[in-house]
Amino acid sequence: MLIKKGAEANLYLEDWHNRKVVLKQRLSKEYRIPEIDEKIRSQRTIHEPQIIHKAKEAGVPTPTIYMIDILDATIIMEFVKGKQVKQILSDLSDKERRSLCRHIGNLIGHLHTYGIIHGDLTTSNMILTPTGKVVFVDFGLSEHSIELENRGVDLHLMKRTFQSSHFKYAKECFDAVMEGYRRFMGEDVTKDVVGKIREIERRGRYISAR
Amino acid sequence: MNCSDDTYCLGIESTADDFGVGILSFKGRALANINSAYINPEGGIHPREASRHHAGIAGEVLSKAFHKAEIKPKEIAVVAFSQGPGLGPCLRTGATAARALSSYLNVPLVGVNHCVAHIEIGKLVSKAKDPVTLYVSGGNTIISAFDGGKYRVFGETLDIAVGNCLDVFARAAGLRQKEGMPFGAMVENVASRGHSFVSLPYSVKGMNLSFSGLLTAAVQLLKSGKHTVEDLCFSLQEVGFSMLAEVTERALAHTEKPEVLLTGGVAANNRLQSMVKSVADEHKVRFCVVPKEYALDNGAMIAWTGILAYQHNMVIPTEKSFVRLKWRLDDVHVPWVES
Repeated sequence: MLIKKGAEANLYLEDWHNRKVVLKQRLSKEYRIPEIDEKIRSQRTIHEPQIIHKAKEAGVPTPTIYMIDILDATIIMEFVKGKQVKQILSDLSDKERRSLCRHIGNLIGHLHTYGIIHGDLTTSNMILTPTGKVVFVDFGLSEHSIELENRGVDLHLMKRTFQSSHFKYAKECFDAVMEGYRRFMGEDVTKDVVGKIREIERRGRYISAR
Repeated sequence: MNCSDDTYCLGIESTADDFGVGILSFKGRALANINSAYINPEGGIHPREASRHHAGIAGEVLSKAFHKAEIKPKEIAVVAFSQGPGLGPCLRTGATAARALSSYLNVPLVGVNHCVAHIEIGKLVSKAKDPVTLYVSGGNTIISAFDGGKYRVFGETLDIAVGNCLDVFARAAGLRQKEGMPFGAMVENVASRGHSFVSLPYSVKGMNLSFSGLLTAAVQLLKSGKHTVEDLCFSLQEVGFSMLAEVTERALAHTEKPEVLLTGGVAANNRLQSMVKSVADEHKVRFCVVPKEYALDNGAMIAWTGILAYQHNMVIPTEKSFVRLKWRLDDVHVPWVES
């Protein structure tokens, strides 16, 4: 059963050896020439499970990978029960929202310390489970890096997501994310990252601060 | 609200290399849309030279517009101008003309955001209601959709615009542009003769894009002499446009809007059109592309957005009509769209 038609992959909910699994298939895109299409699909299919595994080592909950099929650009992984953070953020009280965002910031800190850049830090890609765990999904655009620039771009996207999809409390959410990040990463690193985010924003177009 | 077909707004566009005048009725009927482009054969826009071009041609473009529209200046009810974002000297030239006209005719003045205007004219001519807009030009690369009173920016370039990337590559390849044949069209032309793909960096960061690395790599490969210009133009387009298609698709999946609107100068590219259409088809949403006359910078889009803003009392006094060089799309309050 198709559960999500994403930008680069379709997610299906399937029964696989008596387990509920998510089958993530990177379909061939008609708009891309085969040279680009094959490269993107196979690279991301190989890369994503590797980074998902590394994220677990970093202490960040991610789905368990059961199988991958490179030729078919398919990954079979655990179905994570819960709600996307995007769906529930507005239902929370101010206090709960801040606490959840701080927790997200803490997890991003874990990823970054371990040299992982998620690459698509949106509230659609974080699942809050009934037990209160936040599980990060969709590492399709992730990369290995400890560079300040990449950390900044990663968090800048998080900020942009709040501004575009949760604009009513964008500032408090992002501030809470950065507070959680700071508690884990320490004052010095966070200061550099915050400076970098500001630089990335200024590099963008039409910024009056520039 | 006045939506009559015999009340007119005149819009002046002058953010970059184009000086345009459009006259529209409050009902959205275009009576005139006249444009004059500053052309530098070697490419690039020298802001001072472009503004001199605008100042020199303004009178002529205005009279042509009145002639085409078959109305007299005193029949104009509102004057609108693109207030930003754009190049300072160019914007100021258009603003000066608009202020003069509004004060001479004694009619209200409305300042319009150039990016909002691209979206609004696109919606008017393609009858799109609530699209994800991919706005691609020499100066802008924005993926936007309406939510909560504003056009939100879901993704944009983190460095240079896609049109800029194509232009600078064309320049490095020694191409020369001329009237009616801008660099983008030349690259498309040359690319159609390329067939072997050269690998270039593909850089998508979530819904944002980066074109500077792609440009640098393409220029370096060009200088290495190992590949033909045709193959490089082909590969540059394929990689750059695939990136655009991917973020458009991501924005569609995220917002679940019913339409995609492709606009801006680069929207004239057939290859890009076919890619974005393919994305729209796959998601079973309507694909809208703005015809070239209204996709390139033009006065009609300023006039139309001026009408919408005027109907919501967004008139500015002349003494406060400063141009806004860095006026972001998502800074603009858009009361005429229903949430």
